[in-house]
Amino acid sequence: MRWLRENLFGSWGSTLATLGILWLAWMLLPPFVEWAFLKAVWFAPDSRPCRAEGAGACWALIAEKHRFILFGTYPYEQHWRPGAAILVLFALYTASALRRFWRPALALAWLGGLALIGLLMWGGVLGLPYVENERWGGLMLTLLLATFGIAFAFPISILLALGRRTRLPAVRALAVAWIELVRGVPLISLLFMASVMLPLFLPEGVSIDKLLRALIAMIVFAAAYLAEVVRGGLQAVPHGQVEAADALGLPYWRKTLLVVLPQALRVAIPPLVNTFIGFFKDTSLVVIIGLFDLLTSIKVALIEPAWSGFGVEAYLFAALVYFVFCYAMSRYSQDLERELERSRTHALKGN
Amino acid sequence: MAGKPMIEMRGVGKWFGAFQVLKDIDLDVAQGEKIVLCGPSGSGKSTLVRLVNGLEPYQAGRVAVDGIELGNDSKAIEAVRLEVGMVFQSFNLFPHLTALENLTLAPIWVRRMPKRAAEAHALQLLERVRIAEQAQKYPAQLSGGQQQRVAIARALAMRPKIMLFDEPTSALDPEMIKEVLDVMVELAAEGMTMVVVTHEMGFARTVADRVVFMDRGEIVESAPPKAFFEAPRTDRARLFLSQILGH
Repeated sequence: MRWLRENLFGSWGSTLATLGILWLAWMLLPPFVEWAFLKAVWFAPDSRPCRAEGAGACWALIAEKHRFILFGTYPYEQHWRPGAAILVLFALYTASALRRFWRPALALAWLGGLALIGLLMWGGVLGLPYVENERWGGLMLTLLLATFGIAFAFPISILLALGRRTRLPAVRALAVAWIELVRGVPLISLLFMASVMLPLFLPEGVSIDKLLRALIAMIVFAAAYLAEVVRGGLQAVPHGQVEAADALGLPYWRKTLLVVLPQALRVAIPPLVNTFIGFFKDTSLVVIIGLFDLLTSIKVALIEPAWSGFGVEAYLFAALVYFVFCYAMSRYSQDLERELERSRTHALKGN
Repeated sequence: MAGKPMIEMRGVGKWFGAFQVLKDIDLDVAQGEKIVLCGPSGSGKSTLVRLVNGLEPYQAGRVAVDGIELGNDSKAIEAVRLEVGMVFQSFNLFPHLTALENLTLAPIWVRRMPKRAAEAHALQLLERVRIAEQAQKYPAQLSGGQQQRVAIARALAMRPKIMLFDEPTSALDPEMIKEVLDVMVELAAEGMTMVVVTHEMGFARTVADRVVFMDRGEIVESAPPKAFFEAPRTDRARLFLSQILGH
């Protein structure tokens, strides 16, 4: 009661605001709950029950189309393959999230895992029929783009950030050019360039497929952004740390890997995760070069006349999926920060 | 002084832009010798010690450490850094590593020592600076005096022949200065070659073989502590001494 009085009804203004918000919630929440849960149609082979008088949300659309939303146009009878690939991805995510797996072997596990995913998705060996990546799609494609994108862009961004700070003029110029040119251009135009212009520059007969081109464009883009985040972290490392490492005789790469980067990346966790989250959502832009990511496959599911008119449900579901992944990243980064901070700050005394 | 020369400087000059911070420095440090460098702030004393292990480049003259010509050649600098340990005013411990890991990092990654051997040696050193029970703590959990003792042990872990100290007690609260100086006195008694930039004149009196007084980038006086403190030859040294001892 006391808390209520102090925080919600402390003054005329805050009392008004509290009442206003309560009124809005009263007006909006019950109808939403009724629509989304109580009167919702959860399962139906077609949209007829959804169109009945008084019917709520048509979640049957999601239930009916979930395979398409998950895997796009991947051959139906082969759906276990992207399914297994998603499991491999989640295993990698989980292993990477646990600090006790943070050792060099984890990088190998990632290489192996990504190779295994490629094998599962493409097939063509071990009796798996070949599936061209034109047919990959849905949530699977979104996760692949985001995961491969970050897995390659992050290490490249570290090299770019280090390159920008090095004394070697050629390396520095290259890093600065990459970062500044790419940051000055929207991702969409990079994707267009990758899909339209890149083939023009390649010698005749050589072609890189569309997915790979999109992925390269996204890696180039994300690396430039991440590089600036990493550079911010590098700048936060006091110069005395570098001198101490120098005085101990640590050569450049060992100094960088053992002393500088662990401190720089720790400082950079919040903006790094911020960039990861932005990148995850940016994957939806591949639609403009004709790839079927999560959002696009939902849109396509709606084109079918039987299910047209249920866009709200479909996009709410898409928003929910994006939110789940982004919120997981955000929560994890907060926990990680807290855990790393604990070892440093408790019992702070003296200096 | 007996012993072969560990540090030889001849006509060393250094500039920051147009400003000359070191002018025509000649300095010899013999094996086992303890030098205290003192002088007013901005006199170039810190720059001079930092030059010995290549943290600062120089533009004129020559510097040799244990027979290795330093030049501005990165290979020579790397070789010299293996022989020279350094302790900083602000400790500069690695905050993401425990005290023990701070000590073992360079032996493992530079000297290629096996982890167990490096840890055993590190524990011995922590014992020696009387802080073994804090081995698993992070720097932020230690007091300033404890951090500086860990920093000394970290430098010793590389088994250096020369130890450089750049104002090792200036950042410490007064009650912690003694614990750090005690460790340095012991180290001196064991015969380590030491170059110490400090304003602790008590330490200079008891430990130094020679006090080198610098002002405005020059070595103004170089004398045994007794002679330097009791009968400074120059006005500049007299002024300096009256300023730091005159209260």
